[in-house]
Amino acid sequence: MSAPFKTLVKDGLWDNNVVFAQMLALCPAMAVTTSGANGLGMGLATTAVLVVANVLVALIRGVVSQEVRIPVFIVLIATLVTVVDMALNAWLHELYKVLGLFIALIVVNCAILGRAEAFASKNGVWPAFVDGVAMGLGFTFALTVIGLIREALGSGTLFAQASQLLGAHFAFLEIRLHDQGGALLMILPPGAFAVLGFLLAGKRLLDTRLKTRADANAAKTSE
Amino acid sequence: MTENISAYRAELPFAAPHAHGGSQVGGVMRRVLLALVPATLFGFWLYGWPAFFLWGITLFAALVFEFMSLRLMGKTGHAAFYTVLDGSALLTGWLFAMTLPPWSPWWVGVLGAFIAIVIGKQVFGGLGQNVFNPAMVARVALLISFPLQLTAWVTPLPLTSELAPGFVEGLHITLGQTPLPDAMTSASLLGYAKTELSRGVDLAQALAASHAPQVSALGLRAGSLGESSALLLLVGGVFLLATRVIRWQAPLGVLAGVALPALIAHALAPGHYLSVEAHLFSGALMLGAFFIATDYVTSPATGAGQLVFGLGVGVITWVIRSLGGYPEGVAFAILFMNALTPLLDRTFHPRILGRTRAGKPLAAKKDA
Repeated sequence: MSAPFKTLVKDGLWDNNVVFAQMLALCPAMAVTTSGANGLGMGLATTAVLVVANVLVALIRGVVSQEVRIPVFIVLIATLVTVVDMALNAWLHELYKVLGLFIALIVVNCAILGRAEAFASKNGVWPAFVDGVAMGLGFTFALTVIGLIREALGSGTLFAQASQLLGAHFAFLEIRLHDQGGALLMILPPGAFAVLGFLLAGKRLLDTRLKTRADANAAKTSE
Repeated sequence: MTENISAYRAELPFAAPHAHGGSQVGGVMRRVLLALVPATLFGFWLYGWPAFFLWGITLFAALVFEFMSLRLMGKTGHAAFYTVLDGSALLTGWLFAMTLPPWSPWWVGVLGAFIAIVIGKQVFGGLGQNVFNPAMVARVALLISFPLQLTAWVTPLPLTSELAPGFVEGLHITLGQTPLPDAMTSASLLGYAKTELSRGVDLAQALAASHAPQVSALGLRAGSLGESSALLLLVGGVFLLATRVIRWQAPLGVLAGVALPALIAHALAPGHYLSVEAHLFSGALMLGAFFIATDYVTSPATGAGQLVFGLGVGVITWVIRSLGGYPEGVAFAILFMNALTPLLDRTFHPRILGRTRAGKPLAAKKDA
């Protein structure tokens, strides 16, 4: 894999993460992350839409004029979301009942139009595909982490009902930490804000630490 | 004293026409803490050793979290030590401890101190920057998260009575090793009224036997650690008024905001609405009116603004108590009005020196 692709992947997963760095798509990131399984499901559904949308936009970018590009992108994304919505309803009905309205709202997820506009419409099919996968997985990672923390603090479980999402083989993921119940507030919206805030602060702290260390190393080698 | 002021003044920008009055954060905080002492000592006497341990743990945790937050923000050494000792974290922890059920386990105090100091205050930038009163943020966050533990009132067992838990037994209760016996649990007046109403019992009958308001005023009742004795809280409030730490507008607003709707509603339907005395002397109303609604940081700057702020707190409290699902609403009401404080400050802003209230320059005096 060439260097730019490595950068694309690193950007999507960490440096330019949709939620933790770009601060986009915060509505689904906070609203559906009441459990790890919900976050994972929402993330994967969004990733599917994001990858296909990126590829399609990259394919048609030569024939769509500047003036009409946004409506065209939106129609494309809306079609894809409808397909995902119906697919989930048919095959993962339990998850569909939980995520409900938020699946349809992937249409207005700013991350997807954002990648189409900022990346896919200016790049080839292959980079657009890689970008879609990386950004989507970064988004999934963020939602799953937020969901897991809220679930652990709020209901004392990890990946509850994951087998409904991933199939019976993944039932081993479901862990019950304790039977005390949890802090209900973490499942409610304030919990989402608090967890996201602490995660953002944590990422900043980590990045600063890593940078200081890298700078120190660079200084050492140049001496 | 003068040396102290001039040393302090050197750090301030010299922009006329401002002069430093000499009062400092530490002095104000110490007076508020002093005003809390009578009601707190009464709480210790009424609920025994567990209450004292819970109070101590909460205050210690508040100081530790304050110090840790300051460290994380790069304030270390002498400056951090000075900030921790200015008493604001101590006061927040103390106020929060006073709202807790006296026999709560230790982790309720520690978690609450974390929420109050870290999430309620330091995240916003420390003292003076927070939008919401930290003690109330912690109180509401815990009430929503752990409704069971936060409403486990116990029957008062004064320290001097024979049944009161001793020193070691009290420690066991606070450390959560002894579960509360069911016979010990009891309902607060507001909770009792709400339960009876929901069972369809007429309030006039339900409360006829007990001399509820009178008992409430004295404080010999089930309730939170520091809110039981309305009279001792009132004493502390009057001390703060007399020493000019607080102004009269916000407390009066809160009390009037509860009393007026209570008066009307009780006169119309005594079977459904509690009387004015019951409202004024129960729950966290006195604590909220004198110690929390008067918080400099989260209430409006001008007297008129504070009056409106207080009235809002009072009316919302009455609405929650009488019509809402929770028996008590002081904390919710204060948080709600905290959110409106910036708007109130825009509406009721202080007169600028040399200008009229409308903002026009004052006419120059002829003889000058």
